[in-house]
Amino acid sequence: MLKLPIYLDNNATTPLDPRVLEAMMPYLTEVFGNAASRNHPFGWAAEEAVDYAREQIAGLINCDPKEIIFTSGATESDNLGIKGVFEMYAQKGNHIITATTEHKAVLDTCKHIEKLGGRVTYLPVNAEGLISLEELEAAMTPETILVTIMYGNNETGTIQPIREIAAIAHKHGALFMTDGTQAVGKIPVDVLADGIDLMAFTAHKMYGPKGVGALYVRRKNPRVKVTAQMDGGGHERGMRSGTLNVPGIVGLGKACELAKQEMAADTARLSAMRDRLERELLTLEESYVNGSVEHRLPHVANISFKYVEGEGLMMGVKDLAVSSGSACTSASLEPSYVLKALGLSDDLAHSSLRFGLSRFTTDEQIDYAINHVKEAVTKLREMSPLWEMFKEGIDLNSIEWAEH
Amino acid sequence: MAYSDKVIDHYSNPRNVGTLDKSKKNVGTGLVGAPECGDVMRLQIEVDEATNTITDAKFKTFGCGSAIASSSLATEWLKGKTVDEALAIDNMEIVEELALPPVKIHCSVLAEDAIKSAINDYRVKNGLPELEMAKSHH
Repeated sequence: MLKLPIYLDNNATTPLDPRVLEAMMPYLTEVFGNAASRNHPFGWAAEEAVDYAREQIAGLINCDPKEIIFTSGATESDNLGIKGVFEMYAQKGNHIITATTEHKAVLDTCKHIEKLGGRVTYLPVNAEGLISLEELEAAMTPETILVTIMYGNNETGTIQPIREIAAIAHKHGALFMTDGTQAVGKIPVDVLADGIDLMAFTAHKMYGPKGVGALYVRRKNPRVKVTAQMDGGGHERGMRSGTLNVPGIVGLGKACELAKQEMAADTARLSAMRDRLERELLTLEESYVNGSVEHRLPHVANISFKYVEGEGLMMGVKDLAVSSGSACTSASLEPSYVLKALGLSDDLAHSSLRFGLSRFTTDEQIDYAINHVKEAVTKLREMSPLWEMFKEGIDLNSIEWAEH
Repeated sequence: MAYSDKVIDHYSNPRNVGTLDKSKKNVGTGLVGAPECGDVMRLQIEVDEATNTITDAKFKTFGCGSAIASSSLATEWLKGKTVDEALAIDNMEIVEELALPPVKIHCSVLAEDAIKSAINDYRVKNGLPELEMAKSHH
């Protein structure tokens, strides 16, 4: 029997893998020591667990275990990376380059940098959500200290050309940082091969616990340093003070180990399911994929169903937990800035649903989702004046809509 | 955000979804909102000219559950009312009936606008002066 509702919002967060919980349990109970306690076995046991997690993480992203700085999550890592570089490299310059489709953790941090006197370039993206390498190159200046471009987008799954971006940043003497939140654990991310100097990521997007993440900070070629954003005991090589979240870190480590083992199989299974979901939903008239189909995370589909409003649609697919680019509940009523950056009109952005599959998603769930969405879209279109006008051949742009 | 039972009921079993013949002289049509704002309502009334009473009302709405429920409720209330009584419907009555949260009040405003706009269309068709839209919260 299929259990409802079905969770297809795995870009927001993933469930904890039971194997991760199992690895964490001892550190939530009997092994409770502070990893910074150097003078007794309780501390040693905790430190040993943390060091092991560093190795598991390093194994997934191909770095040295010492290059992992533990944080509370990707938002903190983004803040620490960007603000930390801005402060540490102030002598060299004050210019940062990012993109309009970044997560708010990056965009709002960049806004903060601007208030501090920094200069930030926000690169636009094309209809697929990709930045232009030519525009990046043209934006580089001698004052550019950091290029920060996300690996895979949270709304559309679009994967940026990371290696090429890193090469351009390095050619001009800047550091390259990436927000790897949605990509790490889902697709092969190799900080050495990719040329990444700093990378933010988090446990809860890859079947680990919430409240723990990491910032990868390169130690050689070049040796990168960030100014701490929190004062305290000088943990994590002085870059991030605060007692380590040992059970969380153990969970992140285990999640990384599992991701490495299962990535190939997960990717094959998830992309097949995602493609089937997408193929079926695109049989509905006037439905469109948002973002790149070619350069995309394997578990994400973002589809607009024209003439149906996203929030109303989410209510219609009440047996599915998904998210929408519509933001009818927010004060601004502004639809997704990411979809708008791709050039989507407001009405199409309002009509979007995002599906995020996980390791635990089943074919049966996808079958259910396909039928459920098709029914809801059909029902809502019968109720939609815009659909009726479209069917009558009326050009919606020819209508003078009331100011609203 | 949780929806009230009444919103869910109207959303799941919308009353009076459909289209009236807008070319008829005794049918008034109101089309309010805009696609880029995420809600568009079309509300239609059919008026018995002898008694000035609304005999039928239909709607179609592109929007969230609260917008659909507001327009569905509006059609229910309109049927059997005189045009003057219909004009007196205030958006806050819809808010109360559907227990709309503050972020959804604009849905009720839109429904009130749709009613007034439909009545105006009917009036203009029948040679009556257009009424001024008293409220505009947009």
